[in-house]
Amino acid sequence: MTKRPNTTYWIAFSIVIALLIVAPLVLPEFWRRFLTEILIWGLLAMSSDLLIGYTGMISFGHSAFFGLGMYGAAAAILLVSPPNLWLAILFGLAGAASVALFVAYFSTRLRDIYFAITTLIFSQIFYVIIFTWTTVTGGENGLIFSQPQFSIPFIYSVRFTSTTLHWFVLAVVTGSYLILRRVTQSPFGMVLQSIRENEPRTRAIGYAVERYKIVSVMLSGLFAGLSGVLYAIQNKFAAPDFVYFLTSGDTVIFNVMGGIGTLVGPIVGAGFFQLLRELLSRIFGDQFPYLIPLGAVFIVMIIFLPQGLLGFAKRWLNR
Amino acid sequence: MDAIVHFFQYIPLDQLLIQTVNGIVTGMILALVASGLTLIFGIMDVVNFAHGELFMLGAYIGVIVLTATGSFWLALIVASLVVAILGAALQVVTLRPLLGRDPLNTILATFGISLVLQNFALWQFGPVSRKINEPITSHFILFYLEYPWYRILITALSAAIIGGLWLFLKYGKYGVWIRATTQDRVMAQAMGIPVPWVHTGVFALGAGMAAASGVLFGPLVGVNPTMGLDWVLKAFIVVVIGGMGNLGGSVAAAIFISLLESYASIWVSPAQAVIVSFVVLILTLLFRPTGLFVPTPK
Repeated sequence: MTKRPNTTYWIAFSIVIALLIVAPLVLPEFWRRFLTEILIWGLLAMSSDLLIGYTGMISFGHSAFFGLGMYGAAAAILLVSPPNLWLAILFGLAGAASVALFVAYFSTRLRDIYFAITTLIFSQIFYVIIFTWTTVTGGENGLIFSQPQFSIPFIYSVRFTSTTLHWFVLAVVTGSYLILRRVTQSPFGMVLQSIRENEPRTRAIGYAVERYKIVSVMLSGLFAGLSGVLYAIQNKFAAPDFVYFLTSGDTVIFNVMGGIGTLVGPIVGAGFFQLLRELLSRIFGDQFPYLIPLGAVFIVMIIFLPQGLLGFAKRWLNR
Repeated sequence: MDAIVHFFQYIPLDQLLIQTVNGIVTGMILALVASGLTLIFGIMDVVNFAHGELFMLGAYIGVIVLTATGSFWLALIVASLVVAILGAALQVVTLRPLLGRDPLNTILATFGISLVLQNFALWQFGPVSRKINEPITSHFILFYLEYPWYRILITALSAAIIGGLWLFLKYGKYGVWIRATTQDRVMAQAMGIPVPWVHTGVFALGAGMAAASGVLFGPLVGVNPTMGLDWVLKAFIVVVIGGMGNLGGSVAAAIFISLLESYASIWVSPAQAVIVSFVVLILTLLFRPTGLFVPTPK
């Protein structure tokens, strides 16, 4: 692997971050929320990229982590008064982590397709539990709560506006990105990539492959849970729909569209997907089955553009 | 201790028997769905995510033909044929270009297909459930229940289709091609078997079987656009428990799972009974990840 010119990378990074900081000041309310949402979905997709792109395991169960993050945050906000932002994040992460430990322990015994299927089935288990356990989770209706204030404990506390919320989300997503980037470039990340390339050989060299896989699933689940917390805080509710399989499916689509194994790609994919969806429903009306053309685009991209939008752009720039 | 004795004394025997019959009926339908899935997997390493949608589409075509002609059996045949042709077309367009790539690409592609088909059905037919009328309406008495003969009939029909498939694989000329391709793709190609067309044929066969089970099962629950996901999930569980690519194991696992769920639904709601099969899956993964119904690997 050749070392990339680091300065170009950091310049590009700073420009994008600067644009994202300025964006809410320029954009109207609707697009401001839209952009924040893309960042949140992007974080979810990025967390799943750690598995798909780096460890080589496709997870069809990220909705479980996302949903548990949501319900964890909801629990903290509803149980503790006044609602505390950091406690919500902590609870959400704890919820996601416990689910992730459970899923990781069982599903990493299996490879490839089996992993994909078992993660899907696990997410459905949690969906069924949340959907039917009405007394605790609110069942089909979900839970509604008020937005916690942004606070620095004992010093300062202020209500979120859509702009400050955007900055907060941006900060969390950027931080997560930097952490994940560091992880993938660390020796640990290198082992994950070698598992993707050749699992038997990695085992033969002496790495405890299962342990690495468990840690990577847990790490991925943790960040997925974080995105669930952010979504809950932005939208002030937790609903079983988000634990349903469709959320996991969307996550995979974001990854493939944006480009797997790039971390930034999935965010691009999420943006691309949401923009296309918005565009289609503006042109053809709300009832338009936007997933038909989007699904077709998805299939075409798998066949002809397996490296995704970002990979395509990279190759085109390098030419 | 008393509570346990009490529990066992009050297991309603008649209900147990009724649920056994119910379990076998759904088990055979599930076996029909899962055997198509496992056949496709065994021959081309493709986990067909769209299998549930083919099932659902088959049921819808059944509804359409049934309302047009009034003949259930015609609906069954037409639905199977149409979905088989659709399956062949889908395989040629989306899966053939992916041949030789990482099998994970194919699971993504079939996932894309399932998205498109499901939303197409939702768009065309709406979210409301449609009903297929049973071709036979007579009943027989099972304890205090009037049990429809139709359920017994679909069990027999499913068994006949699976048996036919087995015979075809064992003795038919093309069946031998299919088995040869499963065993060694390259060698089969060298012997002059048109492997890509075998793939297409098997996909069509699996799709047709899914459609047939969709039409057969339609009268029991009604037809709606999201029925596919429930079934594909169950079929996945069956295929993992039965051992991937193992036809006999899939049939056994399908009946096993359905029986367990039927018994569980004596005490809990059917929505929660699903969890039983999830638990069986987890136990299988823990203790015997190659599948419950396969001989122990040497």
